[in-house]
Amino acid sequence: MCAAGKYSSRGPALIPRMKTKHRIYYITLFTVVLLGLIATGMFQFWPHSIESTAEWTLEKGSVHDAPLIRLPVSSPIPERGDLSCRMHTCFDVYRCGYNPKNRIKVYIYPLQRFVDELGVPISSTGLSREYNELLSSISDSDFYTDDVTRACLFIPSIDVLNQNSLRIRETAQALAVLPRWDKGMNHLLFNMLPGGPPDYNTALDVPRDRALLAGGGFSTWTYRQGYDVSIPVYSPLSADVVLSERQPGPRHYFILSSQTAIHREYRAELERLKEENGEALLLLDKCSNLSQGAAIARKRCYKGQVYEYPEVLQESSFCVVLRGARLGQAALSDVLQAGCVPVILADSYILPFSEVLDWKRASVVIPEEKLSEMYTILKSIPHRQVEEMQRQARWFWEAYFSSMKAIGLTTLQIINDRIYPYAARTYEQWNNPPVVKWSSVNSPLFLPLIPPRAPGFTAVVLTYDRVESLFRVITEISKVPSLAKLLVVWNNQNKSPPEESLWPKVGIPLKVVRTKENKLSNRFFPYDEIETEAVLAIDDDIIMLTSDELQFGYEYFNYLYTYKMPGDIKNWVDAHMNCEDIAMNFLVANITGKAPIKVTPRKKFKCPECTAIDGLSLDQTHMVERSECINKFATVFGTMPLKVVEHRADPVLYKDDFPEKLKSFPNIGSL
Amino acid sequence: MERCSRGHMQAKKRYLILVSAGACLVLLFYLGGLQLPAARSRHGRSRIEQPWPHYSDPLQVFLPWDQTDTEEYNLHISPRQKRDVNRSVYKSKRCRMDSCFDFSPCQKNGFKVYVYPQQKGEKISESYQNILSIIEGSRFYTSDPGQACLFVLSVDTLDRDQLSPQYVHNLKTKVQSLPLWNDGRNHLIFNLYSGTWPDYTEDLGFDIGQAMLAKASISTENFRPSFDVSIPLFSKEHPRTGGERGYLKYNTIPPFRKYMLVFKGKRYLTGIGSDARNALYHVHNGEDVVLLTTCKHGKDWQKHKDARCDKDNAEYDKFDYKEMLHNSTFCLVPRGRRLGSFRFLEALQAACVPVMLSNGWELPFSEIIDWNTAAVIGDERLLLQIPTTVHSIHQDKILSLRQQTQFLWEAYFSSVEKIVLTTLEIIQDRVLEHGSRSSLMWNSHPGGLFALPQYSGYLGDFPFYYATLGIKLHPKFTAVIHAVSPLVSQSQPILKLLVAVAKSQYCAQIIVLWNCDKPLPAKHRWPATSVPVIVIEGENKVMSSRFLPYENILTDAVLSLDEDTVLSTTEVDFAFTVWQSFPERIVGYPARSHFWDSNKERWGYTSKWTNDYSMVLTGAAMFHRYYHYLYTHYLPTSLKNMVDQLANCEDILMNFLVSAVTKLPPIKVTQKKQYKETMMGQSSRASRWADPDHFAQRQTCMNKFASWFGTMPLIHSQMRLDPVLFKDQVSILRKKYRDIERL
Repeated sequence: MCAAGKYSSRGPALIPRMKTKHRIYYITLFTVVLLGLIATGMFQFWPHSIESTAEWTLEKGSVHDAPLIRLPVSSPIPERGDLSCRMHTCFDVYRCGYNPKNRIKVYIYPLQRFVDELGVPISSTGLSREYNELLSSISDSDFYTDDVTRACLFIPSIDVLNQNSLRIRETAQALAVLPRWDKGMNHLLFNMLPGGPPDYNTALDVPRDRALLAGGGFSTWTYRQGYDVSIPVYSPLSADVVLSERQPGPRHYFILSSQTAIHREYRAELERLKEENGEALLLLDKCSNLSQGAAIARKRCYKGQVYEYPEVLQESSFCVVLRGARLGQAALSDVLQAGCVPVILADSYILPFSEVLDWKRASVVIPEEKLSEMYTILKSIPHRQVEEMQRQARWFWEAYFSSMKAIGLTTLQIINDRIYPYAARTYEQWNNPPVVKWSSVNSPLFLPLIPPRAPGFTAVVLTYDRVESLFRVITEISKVPSLAKLLVVWNNQNKSPPEESLWPKVGIPLKVVRTKENKLSNRFFPYDEIETEAVLAIDDDIIMLTSDELQFGYEYFNYLYTYKMPGDIKNWVDAHMNCEDIAMNFLVANITGKAPIKVTPRKKFKCPECTAIDGLSLDQTHMVERSECINKFATVFGTMPLKVVEHRADPVLYKDDFPEKLKSFPNIGSL
Repeated sequence: MERCSRGHMQAKKRYLILVSAGACLVLLFYLGGLQLPAARSRHGRSRIEQPWPHYSDPLQVFLPWDQTDTEEYNLHISPRQKRDVNRSVYKSKRCRMDSCFDFSPCQKNGFKVYVYPQQKGEKISESYQNILSIIEGSRFYTSDPGQACLFVLSVDTLDRDQLSPQYVHNLKTKVQSLPLWNDGRNHLIFNLYSGTWPDYTEDLGFDIGQAMLAKASISTENFRPSFDVSIPLFSKEHPRTGGERGYLKYNTIPPFRKYMLVFKGKRYLTGIGSDARNALYHVHNGEDVVLLTTCKHGKDWQKHKDARCDKDNAEYDKFDYKEMLHNSTFCLVPRGRRLGSFRFLEALQAACVPVMLSNGWELPFSEIIDWNTAAVIGDERLLLQIPTTVHSIHQDKILSLRQQTQFLWEAYFSSVEKIVLTTLEIIQDRVLEHGSRSSLMWNSHPGGLFALPQYSGYLGDFPFYYATLGIKLHPKFTAVIHAVSPLVSQSQPILKLLVAVAKSQYCAQIIVLWNCDKPLPAKHRWPATSVPVIVIEGENKVMSSRFLPYENILTDAVLSLDEDTVLSTTEVDFAFTVWQSFPERIVGYPARSHFWDSNKERWGYTSKWTNDYSMVLTGAAMFHRYYHYLYTHYLPTSLKNMVDQLANCEDILMNFLVSAVTKLPPIKVTQKKQYKETMMGQSSRASRWADPDHFAQRQTCMNKFASWFGTMPLIHSQMRLDPVLFKDQVSILRKKYRDIERL
């Protein structure tokens, strides 16, 4: 017991006083332990990165390491896609089940190399760069699961992006041998270039049972609305070319056509338009005099003059996207990237992501037959609309076209929205570019309602301890015919509210709520007692209020104040015992985009006898603090939501030369 | 003590060192031991995070750069041929606008609808009669089949249930014998019921050829996208025009009602559609989820009666349908024998958010309405999850769903007229593709019927979307002065008015509409102003021409003025600043009111000074230029002709229109009540205001207008807007609009 204290004070001299034998023994032991610890530490922390890079290269792997699967000739072939498939008939929703996060789980099959009996691969390209990118980004997203039993959606690793490189029959056989294929239920295939010569089907020709198809180039006859997803044809230029965003506005050319493979009938039609309208049109084709090579994809020519593609697209207001052999065109992506408004001429084409994107705000769709009238049609579009479309086009590209990742995740989100429709992204979320999201206001009370008089309003009186003044306020406002309920918020924890018998007699329900803390924010707490929509908030030192003068707040905003107000503002208000009203104004303005309405000429509402001692608003520092508040709140909201208006509301006959007794609110202004 | 402690200490030291060494060893093992599982788990984790190996091989691109080029040149079919092939291949069940609709008559004459003349002796149900008369009264109607873009049959196709008394026999021959039938091309067929017990097919019992269907309870399988229109099932009693408003009078926070989810209806014991309703009792808890079914329906229900029937029937009778409907947050709308039911519209009107349980139903007007904003689309297969789902919906979302039910009800469903017009507008949007409404216009206030895309494709040109899109208003206004008397003296009110208005800092230009029979006065007769004055000579000098959408009006705001209006610059400035806060409403000076005259059982008009008002006179009012367009193109010729013949009531009509669109009253600013020299008794010149008939006419107008709108759109207001320091006892120098007080 006693030793413990001494021992600790003598601690440092411990080793020298030991016997040599013991000392060596202990030093050796310690060294060993120390070395062991260091080695462990090294092993634990330092080699970690070495090891993980080794692991990385190993994981990175090579497509050639993927297992080889030989398909017998007799391997079963799935049925052709069923055109009547819908989510409720061909999709097993039980696999997705209830999910608190409302998010589907997606499984990706590991890569396999399929060959036929003779060893010929089913696809000439195998896994393409784009499909690899797509699968990687899905596997990195929170849609992904590696647990095949928990998956709601399955994505084969068989690349069918481009039908040209596929052997149809063998690809179908490969799909059918996937372990969870089960008639293609809940399987999703990505295809951007469907069909092949000579008639170019608008959907993938590979038989695929009930599998969902995310296809680029659907026509209205092959697209199963609400089941398939229409996706864009990815433009490889998206990754290589950086086009900075241009401010919307007029461009050097009015219409530009940059596609190289346009049917000669249409090219002739365009030439005719060019003749009629001259310089406004720029009609480009591929450059015949340049040597073949990848660089030619980045050049366009008009009569020997060479233009950089896709940069030239930025020089035009409208860009033509004509159908080719297929309906979906990679050029659409280039055009959007350049912020040029696409003029889409592809009859019966289902536009990319049309289930959620409002293309009317970003493009002009013209029937192919009307190609010759294109110029007149486009000329009739107001300038400001063109600007909005330019901005919208660029936004669509950035959000939904710019990478295989964007395309893949948008597709999954659309399917997700169908499975959990009550948690679906809204039209605004899909369609409004960030700049609109910042500047717009969507009031949560958007329905124009004129509340009937019957329910009246609830008056909320915030008080600390000025009982006399409080009683006067209560007596006064209880005379108001439309007052339905009185709620007194007793903000003093040290003192109990007066006994029931002492309160003035009023003809309406009166409730006293005691708060746990003296906070000004208590005024805006959405008390359960408030049953009316309109709330009148007053201070207890307002006795000059005559019963006709009413200032309305909304119960809803009380709720917002408590639950939606940025956190630091509420704390600030509670700490400084000031500005709760300014905060409320900020919030309402921010959420409705509207200014408050001042009612009647009242400007001062404090009683003359309430002196600076306890009248909160009269405090010397009060005004200074209030200016501070405004600055503080403006920084928190990021903008200044308050609006200045120059009007106030008066009763219709206010100050009119008219018998007072015929007026509805004769008392206003009598003070 | 000392020795003892020393020996004690030696032992203690050794002991301690051993313990610490041991501890170190344990730690070492622990760390080392951790190493392995850690490595393993990291290995495992990295497989979870990055399961798809980022293949680093030089992979090929999916689209070789020259592929499209070479392909297109292989293409021999000309696009024209391809279109022809599509047209011949995709018929009947695969009809689309591209293959089964002839656009050419529509492009030539606009979107005109022809209704076949009714044959004598042909019985037509009341509902179908309503549909036909609404089309005939609409602005799309043409009596000339040569002009028509769309044809509507006069034989009743609404009820195709063979067992129904309304069923029309021999429809096939009747339709085939129509001279303009042309295999149904450009025809629209309305249908509410099809098929009958036991399989309720969606076949109409005759060959509809290439005709479009506007059909209730249509399934996604039979629905031809962008060709057919899914309409709601409505009852015989559904009002023809006008229609009741939604039941939501005010919002409650939190938005929960007595019940969370309710249903009361028949339970089919056998046959199609019985599954969903038979399973409902699993979810019923008798508290906040009340799902009641009865087996009592049909003559022989006792035959199929099951064990639960008696208990269910007893429970069923305890609750009142109406009470439940109005006091529930969500209403279950399961399929019946057919996919749609009346319950859908009932729930919508009652602001009870519908929870759809009808797999494969193409919801009404699904082409344009985003139902996720007003309903919860459930899945019959996941019935048991429905309570959890509705409970998980956040109260903000409930509030918004509920308001949207009311908006949609009033915009598209409250009357047969709205249902029919919405159907026609949807088809018109397809026909005139580059002048069609965006989804935003259909799904936000005031809805597609009041937002005409032919006016402008730019949303900022409408008064409704400034806030949602964060667009700024044009900072100035255009004044339109309606001149009817010749210019004789330099002291005429019109000249004073011109000067006063031109002085306003917000005035962009003044348009004088010369509707006087005398020729235009010479240019120099007009006073010199700082803003451009444009004189337009009225073509037919009628009253309605003052609301024509003149191309010269480039600002959002229009200040509409009579020639003898007396107005000061301050008043104009103030009205404009107020209007900027309320761009969708009329802001004006003198106000009038309407009332229901219960003795005469008609609407009355009053210009007395009352405590409330519902109209402001457009002889001096500020409103959005879109209302010019709407007045001219939305209102029927009959009403406009009436206004022109009487040379009166144009302001009442404008107020009706704007209130019908906004569902809000106009706004009166300042004390001004008289605004004419004639009214102030300073001039003895006869004016239309002095005419005793004038007042009686306005009374008549009101009633005529109210009957066309089907309801009284005007709303009373008690509020007048004054400048903030108006008549306050502060120095006049501090007031911005000081002149207003002097008037």
